[in-house]
Amino acid sequence: MPVQNILIVEDSPTMRQLIAFALKRLPGVRTVEASDGVDGLKKLSSEKFDLIFTDINMPIMDGLKLVSLVRSDANYRATPIVVITTEGAKEDRERALALGADDYITKPIQANRILELARKLLKSS
Amino acid sequence: MATDEEKGVSGRAEEFLQLFKKGAEFTQELLKENELLRYRLVQLEQRLRTHDASEAQPEQSRKLSERIAELENEKQRILEHMASVERENQDFATRYVEIEAENNNLANLYIASFQLHSTLDFREVLQIIIEIIINLIGAEEFAILLLDDKTQDLTAVATEGVAREDIPPVKLGKGVVGQVAETGDSHFAADVSAYQRNFLDPMACIPLKIKEHTIGVIAIYKLLIQKKEFAPVDYELFTLLAGHAATAIFSSRMYSESERKLSTIQGFIELLTK
Repeated sequence: MPVQNILIVEDSPTMRQLIAFALKRLPGVRTVEASDGVDGLKKLSSEKFDLIFTDINMPIMDGLKLVSLVRSDANYRATPIVVITTEGAKEDRERALALGADDYITKPIQANRILELARKLLKSS
Repeated sequence: MATDEEKGVSGRAEEFLQLFKKGAEFTQELLKENELLRYRLVQLEQRLRTHDASEAQPEQSRKLSERIAELENEKQRILEHMASVERENQDFATRYVEIEAENNNLANLYIASFQLHSTLDFREVLQIIIEIIINLIGAEEFAILLLDDKTQDLTAVATEGVAREDIPPVKLGKGVVGQVAETGDSHFAADVSAYQRNFLDPMACIPLKIKEHTIGVIAIYKLLIQKKEFAPVDYELFTLLAGHAATAIFSSRMYSESERKLSTIQGFIELLTK
């Protein structure tokens, strides 16, 4: 079974660990963590990813900028992106989807929702 | 005139003719009898066949009925088995969902515990507690208040969604927050959906305890918009926070103090040895 790489871009170590912990339950999945948008871009340029989870509110470079830059890169035009938002941040969520994000999850994070989205988007990619 | 010899021949011929006639009649009778017997035989055969058929039908019918009954029983057994398998499947599905939920809860508790003890920096510990409350419990407005042993005041050291200055200091034993700190028992509003924000009477107030010694409280004033009430795992997280967050805060404070003392002592030594 080929290994599928998932990038988690999130400034909160608790959230990163929570998402990575949930994704580890999927067979053949490897997770890489990045603490902000710039760190995420560095990781994206060093290897190929099949799915990206990114928070919106992050220091240095936020998730919206990251989504826009990822979508402008020919290598990642079709890579599924899931944004992490709060239920109240509807505008950010809509902007992220308009910029090319595929789906979103809201806080507090549910492991089931992460797994459900990862299964769906990894299959479609 | 016929002679005696001629008369004798004629008599024997007559006699033979009579005998022949009798033989022919006898043969005719035999043929009739044969015909009759053949007819009777056919009749008997027919009757026998009818008799056999009428005898065989109930036997076959009985055997078929028995077979049907057997098959019906078997069908019933299979249906019962299927229903039992269906029930078992349902049971497994329910248990799977429960175990999955339990697994998620344990993962959350593990991550919370792991993160709380991942640093000895006081500010980082507070940040981790904030992250746990936002991301795992789903609170939007809350404060962490620590108890000053000298003044017996509970003062906010970190907040989320509200300004730290807005949280009034609370005397130990005063109001809901003070009571929680004094007794060490958590407080939860009776109806979360009807709760109106009040800094002196939070929606939930959890003591931060090291054994029986309370070092502060976590006061929650508002949940995230999609979170309507506390889930069972939230109470477990609160229990975990009550103990582990308190230890993490206490350890990081002690460490910071010892670091500060160490640097002061080192400064002294440097000054003395110069």
